[in-house]
Amino acid sequence: MSFLQVNGISHVYLTKTKAKEAIADLSFSIEEGEFVSLLGPSGCGKSTLLSIISGLLQPTEGNVIIQGKTKHKPGESMGYMLQQDYLFPWKTIEDNCLIGLKLTNRLTKESIDGTLNLLDQMGLYDVRHAYPDQLSGGMRQRVALVRTLATGPDLLLLDEPFSALDYQTKLKLENLVSATLKTHNKSALLVTHDIGEAIAMSDRVILLSPRPGKIARTFQMPSHLRELIPFDARNDPEFAEHFQVIWKELDSLEQSPT
Amino acid sequence: MNNLQLEKQHSAYLKRLRKEKYEITGWQLFILLAFLTLWETAGRFNWIDPLLFSYPSKISSLFVAKLSDGSLALHTSVTLLETIAGFILGTALGTLFAAALWWSRKASRISDPYLVVLNSMPKVALGPIIIVALGPGYLAIITMGASISIIITTLVIYHAFHTVEPNYVKVIQSFGGNKKHTFLEVILPASFPAIISTLKVNVGLSWVGVIVGEFLVSKQGLGYMIIYGFQVFNFTLVLLSLFMIAVFSSLMYLGVEWLERKLIKN
Repeated sequence: MSFLQVNGISHVYLTKTKAKEAIADLSFSIEEGEFVSLLGPSGCGKSTLLSIISGLLQPTEGNVIIQGKTKHKPGESMGYMLQQDYLFPWKTIEDNCLIGLKLTNRLTKESIDGTLNLLDQMGLYDVRHAYPDQLSGGMRQRVALVRTLATGPDLLLLDEPFSALDYQTKLKLENLVSATLKTHNKSALLVTHDIGEAIAMSDRVILLSPRPGKIARTFQMPSHLRELIPFDARNDPEFAEHFQVIWKELDSLEQSPT
Repeated sequence: MNNLQLEKQHSAYLKRLRKEKYEITGWQLFILLAFLTLWETAGRFNWIDPLLFSYPSKISSLFVAKLSDGSLALHTSVTLLETIAGFILGTALGTLFAAALWWSRKASRISDPYLVVLNSMPKVALGPIIIVALGPGYLAIITMGASISIIITTLVIYHAFHTVEPNYVKVIQSFGGNKKHTFLEVILPASFPAIISTLKVNVGLSWVGVIVGEFLVSKQGLGYMIIYGFQVFNFTLVLLSLFMIAVFSSLMYLGVEWLERKLIKN
Protein backbone atom coordinates (compact mmCIF):
# COMPACT_ATOMS: atom_id res chain seq x y z
CA MET A 1 0.00 0.00 0.00
CA SER A 2 1.30 3.42 -0.95
CA PHE A 3 1.86 6.11 1.64
CA LEU A 4 -0.49 8.51 -0.13
CA GLN A 5 -3.10 7.60 -2.70
CA VAL A 6 -5.02 10.15 -4.69
CA ASN A 7 -8.02 8.45 -6.31
CA GLY A 8 -10.00 10.03 -9.14
CA ILE A 9 -10.01 13.56 -7.74
CA SER A 10 -12.14 16.10 -9.59
CA HIS A 11 -12.84 19.58 -8.40
CA VAL A 12 -15.28 22.17 -9.66
CA TYR A 13 -15.20 25.83 -8.63
CA LEU A 14 -18.59 27.50 -8.60
CA THR A 15 -18.89 31.21 -9.26
CA LYS A 16 -21.88 33.36 -10.13
CA THR A 17 -21.01 33.35 -13.82
CA LYS A 18 -20.00 29.72 -14.31
CA ALA A 19 -18.94 26.37 -12.96
CA LYS A 20 -15.26 25.83 -13.75
CA GLU A 21 -13.59 22.46 -13.61
CA ALA A 22 -10.15 22.93 -12.04
CA ILE A 23 -9.07 19.30 -11.80
CA ALA A 24 -10.45 16.32 -13.73
CA ASP A 25 -10.14 12.70 -12.62
CA LEU A 26 -6.62 12.87 -11.23
CA SER A 27 -5.00 9.79 -9.68
CA PHE A 28 -1.48 9.09 -8.46
CA SER A 29 0.31 7.80 -5.41
CA ILE A 30 3.41 8.53 -3.35
CA GLU A 31 5.52 5.91 -1.60
CA GLU A 32 6.99 6.43 1.84
CA GLY A 33 10.08 8.64 1.70
CA GLU A 34 9.46 9.54 -1.92
CA PHE A 35 9.75 13.07 -3.27
CA VAL A 36 7.26 13.81 -6.04
CA SER A 37 6.89 17.05 -7.98
CA LEU A 38 3.80 18.29 -9.74
CA LEU A 39 4.90 20.42 -12.64
CA GLY A 40 2.60 22.38 -14.85
CA PRO A 41 1.68 25.70 -16.37
CA SER A 42 -0.58 28.08 -14.45
CA GLY A 43 -4.21 27.05 -14.44
CA CYS A 44 -3.59 23.33 -14.02
CA GLY A 45 -5.02 23.29 -10.50
CA LYS A 46 -1.73 22.58 -8.68
CA SER A 47 -2.54 24.57 -5.56
CA THR A 48 -6.13 23.29 -5.55
CA LEU A 49 -4.79 19.75 -5.50
CA LEU A 50 -2.52 20.51 -2.53
CA SER A 51 -5.44 22.04 -0.63
CA ILE A 52 -7.49 18.91 -1.30
CA ILE A 53 -4.71 16.55 -0.18
CA SER A 54 -4.14 18.59 2.97
CA GLY A 55 -7.84 18.35 3.81
CA LEU A 56 -8.45 22.12 3.61
CA LEU A 57 -10.74 21.63 0.62
CA GLN A 58 -13.31 18.89 -0.05
CA PRO A 59 -12.99 17.53 -3.60
CA THR A 60 -16.14 17.38 -5.72
CA GLU A 61 -15.33 13.76 -6.55
CA GLY A 62 -12.75 11.20 -5.52
CA ASN A 63 -10.83 10.64 -2.30
CA VAL A 64 -7.40 10.85 -0.72
CA ILE A 65 -6.05 7.94 1.31
CA ILE A 66 -3.11 8.59 3.62
CA GLN A 67 -1.55 5.65 5.45
CA GLY A 68 -4.72 3.66 4.80
CA LYS A 69 -7.09 6.29 6.21
CA THR A 70 -9.62 8.17 4.08
CA LYS A 71 -10.79 10.60 6.75
CA HIS A 72 -8.07 12.96 7.84
CA LYS A 73 -8.05 16.36 9.42
CA PRO A 74 -5.60 19.07 8.40
CA GLY A 75 -2.49 19.08 10.53
CA GLU A 76 -2.64 15.44 11.54
CA SER A 77 0.16 13.94 9.51
CA MET A 78 0.89 16.68 7.01
CA GLY A 79 2.88 19.87 6.93
CA TYR A 80 2.04 22.61 4.45
CA MET A 81 4.55 25.16 3.16
CA LEU A 82 3.24 28.14 1.25
CA GLN A 83 4.72 30.27 -1.52
CA GLN A 84 5.79 32.85 1.00
CA ASP A 85 6.73 32.27 4.62
CA TYR A 86 3.59 33.93 6.09
CA LEU A 87 5.23 34.09 9.49
CA PHE A 88 3.07 35.99 11.95
CA PRO A 89 4.79 39.37 12.32
CA TRP A 90 3.45 39.79 15.87
CA LYS A 91 5.04 36.58 17.14
CA THR A 92 8.70 35.90 17.83
CA ILE A 93 10.53 33.33 15.68
CA GLU A 94 10.23 30.78 18.48
CA ASP A 95 6.48 31.36 18.93
CA ASN A 96 5.98 31.18 15.17
CA CYS A 97 7.65 27.78 15.13
CA LEU A 98 5.61 26.51 18.06
CA ILE A 99 2.21 27.50 16.64
CA GLY A 100 1.51 24.07 15.12
CA LEU A 101 2.24 22.28 18.39
CA LYS A 102 0.11 24.82 20.25
CA LEU A 103 -2.87 24.32 17.92
CA THR A 104 -2.67 20.55 18.15
CA ASN A 105 -2.29 20.65 21.97
CA ARG A 106 1.11 19.04 21.87
CA LEU A 107 3.19 21.68 23.64
CA THR A 108 5.41 19.67 25.97
CA LYS A 109 8.94 20.13 27.26
CA GLU A 110 10.14 17.51 24.75
CA SER A 111 8.33 18.97 21.74
CA ILE A 112 9.55 22.49 22.55
CA ASP A 113 13.13 21.21 22.90
CA GLY A 114 12.73 19.36 19.63
CA THR A 115 11.65 22.55 17.87
CA LEU A 116 14.52 24.55 19.38
CA ASN A 117 16.84 21.81 18.22
CA LEU A 118 15.46 22.13 14.68
CA LEU A 119 15.99 25.91 14.85
CA ASP A 120 19.55 25.24 15.93
CA GLN A 121 20.13 22.86 13.01
CA MET A 122 18.95 25.55 10.60
CA GLY A 123 21.25 28.11 12.21
CA LEU A 124 18.37 30.12 13.62
CA TYR A 125 18.81 29.53 17.34
CA ASP A 126 20.37 32.94 17.93
CA VAL A 127 17.45 34.79 16.39
CA ARG A 128 14.70 32.83 18.19
CA HIS A 129 13.58 35.90 20.17
CA ALA A 130 13.63 38.20 17.13
CA TYR A 131 10.57 39.15 15.10
CA PRO A 132 10.15 38.03 11.47
CA ASP A 133 10.66 41.49 9.97
CA GLN A 134 14.19 41.53 11.39
CA LEU A 135 15.14 38.51 9.25
CA SER A 136 16.08 38.12 5.59
CA GLY A 137 13.82 36.31 3.11
CA GLY A 138 15.91 33.14 3.15
CA MET A 139 16.01 33.03 6.95
CA ARG A 140 12.26 33.55 7.11
CA GLN A 141 11.58 30.68 4.74
CA ARG A 142 13.89 28.53 6.88
CA VAL A 143 11.81 29.48 9.91
CA ALA A 144 8.71 28.48 7.94
CA LEU A 145 10.36 25.12 7.27
CA VAL A 146 11.00 24.64 11.00
CA ARG A 147 7.38 25.63 11.71
CA THR A 148 6.21 22.98 9.25
CA LEU A 149 8.55 20.28 10.57
CA ALA A 150 7.90 21.05 14.27
CA THR A 151 4.67 19.03 14.38
CA GLY A 152 6.52 16.00 12.98
CA PRO A 153 4.52 15.52 9.77
CA ASP A 154 5.05 12.38 7.67
CA LEU A 155 4.18 14.16 4.45
CA LEU A 156 5.26 17.63 3.40
CA LEU A 157 3.17 19.60 0.94
CA LEU A 158 5.33 22.28 -0.67
CA ASP A 159 3.44 24.91 -2.63
CA GLU A 160 6.20 26.67 -4.60
CA PRO A 161 8.02 27.46 -1.35
CA PHE A 162 11.11 28.81 -3.11
CA SER A 163 9.46 30.94 -5.76
CA ALA A 164 9.67 34.21 -3.80
CA LEU A 165 13.38 33.89 -3.05
CA ASP A 166 16.44 35.12 -4.91
CA TYR A 167 18.30 32.50 -6.94
CA GLN A 168 21.20 31.89 -4.58
CA THR A 169 18.98 31.55 -1.51
CA LYS A 170 16.68 29.29 -3.47
CA LEU A 171 19.52 26.90 -4.38
CA LYS A 172 20.69 26.80 -0.76
CA LEU A 173 17.19 26.10 0.53
CA GLU A 174 16.62 23.36 -2.03
CA ASN A 175 19.68 21.59 -0.64
CA LEU A 176 18.56 22.15 2.93
CA VAL A 177 15.00 20.91 2.38
CA SER A 178 16.20 17.91 0.38
CA ALA A 179 18.74 16.93 3.05
CA THR A 180 16.26 17.45 5.90
CA LEU A 181 13.63 15.29 4.23
CA LYS A 182 16.16 12.53 3.50
CA THR A 183 17.45 12.42 7.09
CA HIS A 184 13.97 12.22 8.56
CA ASN A 185 12.73 9.89 5.77
CA LYS A 186 9.71 12.05 5.02
CA SER A 187 7.58 12.00 1.89
CA ALA A 188 7.01 15.21 0.01
CA LEU A 189 4.86 16.60 -2.72
CA LEU A 190 6.23 19.73 -4.37
CA VAL A 191 4.16 21.95 -6.59
CA THR A 192 6.19 24.13 -8.93
CA HIS A 193 6.45 25.61 -12.38
CA ASP A 194 10.24 25.54 -12.25
CA ILE A 195 11.44 22.59 -14.35
CA GLY A 196 14.98 22.67 -12.96
CA GLU A 197 13.78 22.63 -9.38
CA ALA A 198 11.49 19.67 -10.07
CA ILE A 199 14.27 17.63 -11.68
CA ALA A 200 16.90 18.52 -9.09
CA MET A 201 14.76 17.67 -6.08
CA SER A 202 12.41 14.86 -7.08
CA ASP A 203 12.33 11.12 -7.46
CA ARG A 204 9.43 11.48 -9.82
CA VAL A 205 8.01 14.41 -11.80
CA ILE A 206 4.34 14.45 -12.74
CA LEU A 207 3.50 16.79 -15.58
CA LEU A 208 0.01 18.29 -15.51
CA SER A 209 -1.90 19.76 -18.41
CA PRO A 210 -4.08 22.78 -17.82
CA ARG A 211 -7.82 23.59 -17.85
CA PRO A 212 -8.86 21.27 -16.30
CA GLY A 213 -5.75 19.84 -14.61
CA LYS A 214 -4.98 16.24 -15.45
CA ILE A 215 -1.86 14.12 -15.66
CA ALA A 216 -0.11 14.50 -19.00
CA ARG A 217 3.03 12.44 -18.34
CA THR A 218 5.11 11.05 -15.52
CA PHE A 219 8.90 11.13 -15.56
CA GLN A 220 10.90 8.82 -13.32
CA MET A 221 14.24 10.40 -12.44
CA PRO A 222 17.29 8.15 -12.84
CA SER A 223 18.64 6.79 -9.57
CA HIS A 224 22.02 8.52 -9.67
CA LEU A 225 20.38 11.91 -10.19
CA ARG A 226 18.08 11.20 -7.26
CA GLU A 227 20.99 10.52 -4.97
CA LEU A 228 22.76 13.78 -5.73
CA ILE A 229 21.99 16.86 -3.69
CA PRO A 230 19.92 19.33 -5.75
CA PHE A 231 22.82 21.66 -6.47
CA ASP A 232 25.02 18.86 -7.85
CA ALA A 233 22.09 17.37 -9.72
CA ARG A 234 21.73 20.66 -11.57
CA ASN A 235 25.33 20.31 -12.80
CA ASP A 236 24.94 16.70 -13.95
CA PRO A 237 24.88 16.07 -17.73
CA GLU A 238 21.70 14.01 -17.38
CA PHE A 239 19.99 17.00 -15.78
CA ALA A 240 20.22 18.91 -19.06
CA GLU A 241 18.80 15.99 -21.04
CA HIS A 242 15.78 15.67 -18.76
CA PHE A 243 15.36 19.40 -18.79
CA GLN A 244 15.12 19.39 -22.60
CA VAL A 245 12.58 16.56 -22.69
CA ILE A 246 10.33 18.07 -20.01
CA TRP A 247 10.70 21.55 -21.48
CA LYS A 248 9.43 20.39 -24.89
CA GLU A 249 6.57 18.47 -23.35
CA LEU A 250 5.54 21.45 -21.21
CA ASP A 251 5.81 23.77 -24.20
CA SER A 252 3.49 21.61 -26.30
CA LEU A 253 1.00 21.47 -23.43
CA GLU A 254 0.87 25.24 -23.18
CA GLN A 255 0.40 25.67 -26.91
CA SER A 256 -2.13 22.93 -27.59
CA PRO A 257 -5.64 24.37 -27.49
CA THR A 258 -7.57 22.44 -24.89
CA MET B 1 36.57 53.98 5.95
CA ASN B 2 37.84 52.95 9.38
CA ASN B 3 35.79 52.56 12.56
CA LEU B 4 36.75 55.90 14.02
CA GLN B 5 35.55 57.78 10.96
CA LEU B 6 32.31 55.81 10.90
CA GLU B 7 31.70 56.60 14.55
CA LYS B 8 32.38 60.26 13.92
CA GLN B 9 29.87 60.31 11.08
CA HIS B 10 27.31 58.57 13.24
CA SER B 11 27.69 61.00 16.15
CA ALA B 12 27.41 63.89 13.73
CA TYR B 13 24.21 62.36 12.37
CA LEU B 14 22.78 61.96 15.88
CA LYS B 15 23.70 65.57 16.61
CA ARG B 16 21.82 66.71 13.49
CA LEU B 17 18.78 64.70 14.57
CA ARG B 18 18.84 66.23 18.06
CA LYS B 19 19.22 69.71 16.66
CA GLU B 20 16.22 69.21 14.40
CA LYS B 21 14.15 67.95 17.31
CA TYR B 22 15.05 71.00 19.45
CA GLU B 23 14.21 73.27 16.55
CA ILE B 24 10.74 71.75 16.15
CA THR B 25 10.00 71.88 19.89
CA GLY B 26 11.24 75.49 19.90
CA TRP B 27 8.81 76.47 17.16
CA GLN B 28 5.95 74.72 18.91
CA LEU B 29 6.64 76.59 22.15
CA PHE B 30 7.04 79.85 20.28
CA ILE B 31 3.64 79.48 18.58
CA LEU B 32 1.99 78.71 21.93
CA LEU B 33 3.59 81.70 23.67
CA ALA B 34 2.89 84.04 20.76
CA PHE B 35 -0.76 82.95 20.70
CA LEU B 36 -1.18 83.44 24.46
CA THR B 37 0.57 86.81 24.40
CA LEU B 38 -1.48 88.04 21.47
CA TRP B 39 -4.70 86.82 23.10
CA GLU B 40 -3.81 88.46 26.42
CA THR B 41 -2.86 91.77 24.77
CA ALA B 42 -5.89 91.76 22.46
CA GLY B 43 -8.20 91.07 25.41
CA ARG B 44 -6.70 93.72 27.68
CA PHE B 45 -6.66 96.44 25.04
CA ASN B 46 -10.20 95.58 23.97
CA TRP B 47 -9.18 94.62 20.43
CA ILE B 48 -11.48 91.66 20.96
CA ASP B 49 -14.51 91.59 23.22
CA PRO B 50 -13.13 90.34 26.55
CA LEU B 51 -16.65 89.41 27.70
CA LEU B 52 -16.90 86.92 24.87
CA PHE B 53 -13.31 85.80 24.29
CA SER B 54 -11.86 86.48 27.76
CA TYR B 55 -8.06 86.31 28.06
CA PRO B 56 -5.49 83.89 29.51
CA SER B 57 -4.78 85.62 32.83
CA LYS B 58 -8.52 85.86 33.54
CA ILE B 59 -8.97 82.19 32.75
CA SER B 60 -6.01 81.17 34.89
CA SER B 61 -7.22 83.15 37.92
CA LEU B 62 -10.63 81.50 37.53
CA PHE B 63 -8.78 78.17 37.28
CA VAL B 64 -7.06 78.85 40.63
CA ALA B 65 -10.32 79.97 42.25
CA LYS B 66 -12.30 76.95 41.01
CA LEU B 67 -9.47 74.64 41.95
CA SER B 68 -9.32 75.92 45.52
CA ASP B 69 -13.08 75.65 46.09
CA GLY B 70 -12.92 72.06 44.80
CA SER B 71 -15.61 72.48 42.17
CA LEU B 72 -13.26 72.17 39.19
CA ALA B 73 -11.87 68.83 40.38
CA LEU B 74 -15.42 67.56 40.91
CA HIS B 75 -16.73 68.62 37.49
CA THR B 76 -13.62 67.38 35.71
CA SER B 77 -13.55 64.00 37.43
CA VAL B 78 -17.25 63.42 36.73
CA THR B 79 -16.84 64.12 33.02
CA LEU B 80 -13.56 62.24 32.79
CA LEU B 81 -15.04 59.10 34.36
CA GLU B 82 -18.11 59.27 32.12
CA THR B 83 -15.94 59.71 29.05
CA ILE B 84 -13.58 56.86 29.91
CA ALA B 85 -16.54 54.58 30.65
CA GLY B 86 -18.24 55.54 27.39
CA PHE B 87 -14.99 55.16 25.47
CA ILE B 88 -14.24 51.69 26.85
CA LEU B 89 -17.85 50.55 26.48
CA GLY B 90 -18.15 51.82 22.90
CA THR B 91 -14.87 50.33 21.78
CA ALA B 92 -15.34 47.00 23.57
CA LEU B 93 -18.92 46.50 22.36
CA GLY B 94 -17.98 47.61 18.85
CA THR B 95 -15.11 45.09 18.77
CA LEU B 96 -17.41 42.40 20.16
CA PHE B 97 -20.05 43.10 17.49
CA ALA B 98 -17.34 43.05 14.82
CA ALA B 99 -16.18 39.66 16.12
CA ALA B 100 -19.75 38.32 15.98
CA LEU B 101 -20.16 39.57 12.42
CA TRP B 102 -16.83 37.98 11.43
CA TRP B 103 -17.92 34.73 13.03
CA SER B 104 -21.13 34.50 11.06
CA ARG B 105 -20.95 35.66 7.48
CA LYS B 106 -24.73 35.38 7.25
CA ALA B 107 -25.25 37.65 10.26
CA SER B 108 -22.97 40.22 8.70
CA ARG B 109 -24.84 40.15 5.40
CA ILE B 110 -28.20 40.43 7.13
CA SER B 111 -27.14 43.31 9.36
CA ASP B 112 -25.35 45.24 6.63
CA PRO B 113 -28.14 47.70 5.65
CA TYR B 114 -29.04 48.33 9.29
CA LEU B 115 -25.44 49.16 10.15
CA VAL B 116 -25.30 51.60 7.24
CA VAL B 117 -28.46 53.38 8.44
CA LEU B 118 -27.33 53.42 12.06
CA ASN B 119 -23.92 54.73 11.07
CA SER B 120 -25.27 57.62 9.03
CA MET B 121 -27.73 58.65 11.74
CA PRO B 122 -26.47 61.36 14.12
CA LYS B 123 -26.37 59.50 17.42
CA VAL B 124 -26.63 62.66 19.56
CA ALA B 125 -30.15 63.04 18.12
CA LEU B 126 -31.03 59.97 20.19
CA GLY B 127 -30.03 61.95 23.29
CA PRO B 128 -33.55 62.90 24.49
CA ILE B 129 -34.79 59.31 24.10
CA ILE B 130 -31.76 57.86 25.91
CA ILE B 131 -32.16 60.34 28.75
CA VAL B 132 -35.85 59.64 29.24
CA ALA B 133 -35.34 55.89 28.94
CA LEU B 134 -32.37 55.63 31.34
CA GLY B 135 -33.12 58.57 33.61
CA PRO B 136 -31.19 61.85 33.73
CA GLY B 137 -27.93 60.64 35.26
CA TYR B 138 -24.55 59.05 34.70
CA LEU B 139 -26.01 56.02 32.95
CA ALA B 140 -27.67 58.08 30.20
CA ILE B 141 -24.54 60.18 29.66
CA ILE B 142 -22.23 57.15 29.50
CA THR B 143 -24.64 55.53 27.04
CA MET B 144 -24.44 58.60 24.86
CA GLY B 145 -20.65 58.56 25.02
CA ALA B 146 -20.66 54.91 23.97
CA SER B 147 -23.42 55.07 21.36
CA ILE B 148 -21.61 57.68 19.32
CA SER B 149 -18.59 55.42 18.71
CA ILE B 150 -20.04 51.92 18.77
CA ILE B 151 -21.33 51.62 15.19
CA ILE B 152 -18.33 53.15 13.49
CA THR B 153 -16.07 50.95 15.63
CA THR B 154 -18.02 47.88 14.54
CA LEU B 155 -17.76 48.83 10.87
CA VAL B 156 -14.07 49.73 10.88
CA ILE B 157 -12.93 46.75 12.93
CA TYR B 158 -15.11 44.30 11.00
CA HIS B 159 -13.51 45.59 7.82
CA ALA B 160 -10.08 45.08 9.36
CA PHE B 161 -10.99 41.52 10.43
CA HIS B 162 -12.21 40.80 6.95
CA THR B 163 -9.13 42.04 5.13
CA VAL B 164 -6.58 40.00 7.09
CA GLU B 165 -4.24 38.20 4.67
CA PRO B 166 -6.07 34.90 3.90
CA ASN B 167 -2.79 32.96 3.79
CA TYR B 168 -2.26 33.62 7.51
CA VAL B 169 -5.60 31.90 8.05
CA LYS B 170 -4.47 29.08 5.78
CA VAL B 171 -1.41 28.52 7.98
CA ILE B 172 -3.65 28.07 11.01
CA GLN B 173 -6.02 25.78 9.12
CA SER B 174 -3.16 23.69 7.78
CA PHE B 175 -2.28 22.89 11.39
CA GLY B 176 -5.87 21.85 12.02
CA GLY B 177 -6.79 25.07 13.85
CA ASN B 178 -10.50 25.82 14.25
CA LYS B 179 -12.39 29.09 13.98
CA LYS B 180 -11.61 30.10 17.55
CA HIS B 181 -7.88 29.51 16.97
CA THR B 182 -8.07 31.49 13.74
CA PHE B 183 -9.67 34.42 15.54
CA LEU B 184 -7.36 34.48 18.54
CA GLU B 185 -4.09 33.66 16.78
CA VAL B 186 -4.53 35.61 13.55
CA ILE B 187 -7.59 37.80 13.08
CA LEU B 188 -7.38 39.68 16.37
CA PRO B 189 -3.60 40.29 16.55
CA ALA B 190 -3.46 41.17 12.85
CA SER B 191 -6.14 43.80 13.47
CA PHE B 192 -4.48 45.49 16.46
CA PRO B 193 -3.23 48.41 14.34
CA ALA B 194 -6.79 49.02 13.05
CA ILE B 195 -8.22 48.69 16.56
CA ILE B 196 -5.68 51.20 17.89
CA SER B 197 -6.55 53.73 15.20
CA THR B 198 -10.28 53.42 15.98
CA LEU B 199 -9.36 53.94 19.64
CA LYS B 200 -7.70 57.20 18.66
CA VAL B 201 -10.83 58.33 16.82
CA ASN B 202 -13.05 57.14 19.67
CA VAL B 203 -11.22 59.32 22.21
CA GLY B 204 -12.61 62.36 20.40
CA LEU B 205 -16.02 60.83 19.75
CA SER B 206 -16.73 59.85 23.35
CA TRP B 207 -15.93 63.39 24.53
CA VAL B 208 -18.52 64.67 22.05
CA GLY B 209 -21.14 62.20 23.28
CA VAL B 210 -20.53 62.91 26.94
CA ILE B 211 -20.41 66.72 26.60
CA VAL B 212 -23.65 66.75 24.60
CA GLY B 213 -25.20 64.43 27.18
CA GLU B 214 -24.18 66.82 29.93
CA PHE B 215 -25.58 69.76 27.95
CA LEU B 216 -28.93 68.03 28.01
CA VAL B 217 -29.30 66.88 31.59
CA SER B 218 -26.52 67.10 34.08
CA LYS B 219 -26.00 68.95 37.32
CA GLN B 220 -22.25 68.25 37.22
CA GLY B 221 -19.44 67.94 34.75
CA LEU B 222 -17.57 70.07 32.24
CA GLY B 223 -20.53 70.05 29.83
CA TYR B 224 -22.66 71.43 32.63
CA MET B 225 -20.00 74.09 33.31
CA ILE B 226 -20.14 75.13 29.66
CA ILE B 227 -23.93 75.37 29.61
CA TYR B 228 -23.97 77.21 32.94
CA GLY B 229 -21.32 79.66 31.78
CA PHE B 230 -23.32 80.24 28.61
CA GLN B 231 -26.52 80.89 30.57
CA VAL B 232 -24.95 83.40 32.96
CA PHE B 233 -22.83 84.86 30.16
CA ASN B 234 -19.56 83.88 31.87
CA PHE B 235 -17.46 82.89 28.87
CA THR B 236 -14.32 82.70 30.97
CA LEU B 237 -15.94 79.66 32.60
CA VAL B 238 -16.74 78.21 29.16
CA LEU B 239 -13.16 78.67 28.03
CA LEU B 240 -11.84 77.16 31.27
CA SER B 241 -13.99 74.08 30.62
CA LEU B 242 -12.69 73.88 27.07
CA PHE B 243 -9.14 74.09 28.40
CA MET B 244 -9.78 71.20 30.80
CA ILE B 245 -11.31 69.14 27.98
CA ALA B 246 -8.29 69.82 25.76
CA VAL B 247 -5.89 68.75 28.51
CA PHE B 248 -7.68 65.54 29.43
CA SER B 249 -8.59 64.41 25.92
CA SER B 250 -4.92 64.85 24.99
CA LEU B 251 -3.93 62.77 28.01
CA MET B 252 -6.36 60.04 26.90
CA TYR B 253 -4.84 60.15 23.45
CA LEU B 254 -1.38 59.73 24.97
CA GLY B 255 -2.76 56.78 26.95
CA VAL B 256 -3.88 55.15 23.70
CA GLU B 257 -0.44 55.72 22.21
CA TRP B 258 1.10 54.05 25.24
CA LEU B 259 -1.25 51.09 24.72
CA GLU B 260 -0.22 50.98 21.07
CA ARG B 261 3.43 50.60 22.03
CA LYS B 262 2.50 47.83 24.50
CA LEU B 263 0.31 45.91 22.04
CA ILE B 264 2.24 46.24 18.82
CA LYS B 265 5.74 45.05 19.52
CA ASN B 266 6.92 44.22 16.04
